[in-house]
Amino acid sequence: MMKKIALGLVATAALAVSGLAHAEDFNPAIVFDMGGKSDKSFNEAAFNGIEKFKKETGVDYMEFEVTQVSQREQAAQRMARDDADIVIAIGFAQAAAVEKAAKKYPDTKFTIIDMVVDLPNVQSVVFREEQGSFLVGMAAAMASETGKVGFIGGMDIPLIRKFALGYKEGVMYADPNAEVIENMTGTTPAAWNDPTKGSELAKSQYDRGADVIFAAAGATGLGVLQTAADEGKLAIGVDSNQNYLHPGSMLTSMMKRVDVAVYNALMTAKDGTWKPGIQVLGLAENGVGFAVDQWNKDLLTEEMVAKLNAAREDIIEGKIKVTNYMDQ
Amino acid sequence: METFHIIILLMDATFRVATPLVLAALAGMFSERAGIVDIGLEGKMLGAAFAAAAVASVSGSAWVGLGAGIMASLALSALHAYACVTHKGNQVVSGMAINIVVAGLAPTLAYAWFQMGGQTPSLGGDARFRSIDLPFSDAAREIPVFGYIYADLISGHNILVYLAAAAVPICAWILYKSRFGLRIRAVGENPHAVDTAGISVDLLRYKALAVTGFLCGISGAYLSTAHGAGFIRDMTAGKGYLALAALIFGKWRPVPTLFACLLFAFTDAVQIRLQGVELPIVGVIPVQFIQALPYILTVLLLAGFVGKAHPPKAIGTPYIKER
Repeated sequence: MMKKIALGLVATAALAVSGLAHAEDFNPAIVFDMGGKSDKSFNEAAFNGIEKFKKETGVDYMEFEVTQVSQREQAAQRMARDDADIVIAIGFAQAAAVEKAAKKYPDTKFTIIDMVVDLPNVQSVVFREEQGSFLVGMAAAMASETGKVGFIGGMDIPLIRKFALGYKEGVMYADPNAEVIENMTGTTPAAWNDPTKGSELAKSQYDRGADVIFAAAGATGLGVLQTAADEGKLAIGVDSNQNYLHPGSMLTSMMKRVDVAVYNALMTAKDGTWKPGIQVLGLAENGVGFAVDQWNKDLLTEEMVAKLNAAREDIIEGKIKVTNYMDQ
Repeated sequence: METFHIIILLMDATFRVATPLVLAALAGMFSERAGIVDIGLEGKMLGAAFAAAAVASVSGSAWVGLGAGIMASLALSALHAYACVTHKGNQVVSGMAINIVVAGLAPTLAYAWFQMGGQTPSLGGDARFRSIDLPFSDAAREIPVFGYIYADLISGHNILVYLAAAAVPICAWILYKSRFGLRIRAVGENPHAVDTAGISVDLLRYKALAVTGFLCGISGAYLSTAHGAGFIRDMTAGKGYLALAALIFGKWRPVPTLFACLLFAFTDAVQIRLQGVELPIVGVIPVQFIQALPYILTVLLLAGFVGKAHPPKAIGTPYIKER
């Protein structure tokens, strides 16, 4: 019986991984991390990027959504074994898996988002989150009436501390007397996927007087945004443009253009200009930014947008220095 | 005033977090007092959370969702009863099996039905239980202390929180004052005596597990349609086990169990509040330590203050007539 179940599992896993069409010459693959491709945030941005590529070129791709820690390594290696030309790994947590797979399959190209893996066949794309967070921090301070704003992070890791620090500096830049209330959801990967906890944290921050909260917490953030809508307060989304989720309570979203990074990696790999090494995408490269659209145009006034754009120029020119948490 | 305000807010959060624990612990109480170990609370809650969110998102009504959650939990409870009452199976194994099946099945069904990576769409409007303001809460806010407590602490929760509060005295009454409750307690202590009196042990245990399923259903629906807004993979996050711990902590009695649940919820609320706050003398405490606090406290309390807990005598053993 156990054997049968095990066989069944292997078969389903194989089906899930191998996906569709192999007919094309170019064979890309993507491994989403926990949270899944429809987390309305980080992974979904990557999904949008590869979907855009598929629409424009007609090239189909293999995909895998990691649901357990142990699957990461299997997924990356499986894609490489199935003759993927390029494997795109989404998320810092896949670094170890990518490193192993890249050593084992030196002819396969790997692109990892959000983490640096130093190997000759790996391209590492990292973002200057602190710059985007700085701008939304400014927006939060300008929109706040109480002079208190909040930050809710997902798992307590340096990457999220980087968001937090940039945000804090942005708040202080716009309003030196402001206070930032900071919370982390947890210390395990489960912290990315706990919207009720996010909602409790948000309630607690609003109760303490904050009226704008920036959530950098994956699917946990959905609980924060929901609470903002319930309480009639403001929230700032992350990674994808999340403004449409709760029009009227979304001040803006800190966009991390994972979609652009994924799309560019695929396009360059297809036309042969793909290069290994580290790519850093900041404000200057339009890799990060803040979202303005029809959903938040009443909340983010033109005056604020003008100030944010001015600060954006200053950061690009180096007139404003934003500290990178990793460099401290 | 500032301290008072903080305490009120902490209590407010405590009520919200305690609600699913209280309902699940009461659910477990009926099952365990009737002599059936129920570690399947977690799975039943998760199943109910999924059914409630899925049906609420399709029908647009939180009440229909609640009904579906209760039905799902009742079905799982019936499965548990069928395995360990009718077929005298091992109760721990059956409960664990339910947990594992639901943990896999719910996201799979969600994936198949909604194509959103194992989640249901997020719920809004009438598909969620909204917080309700009790009458006169705005006027009462002006009255110092008591009015403030009424307006900020007692008013402004959703209906399921009040339901959980009402469930404690109702369950206590059923268990200690009604004929049904007497028989439940008897069947958990000495099923042979119950059988000798001409009452069907199996039927009683089925009934007890139906009550368990009903309460667990409300608890699960609370997670996905009242406290949260949609189903997410593994969203119970161990609350079923925590409720079971509270039940043992409360020595299988309704009121002490309620306090155990409140204590667990309170440590969670404090944990959220203490993060990044500068305390006198010690300064800022690391997040990791703060987050371990509820567990440390639980271990200390369980080890030091609870004393000997007497489980129902016949718990865990299937009833076989001709022994």
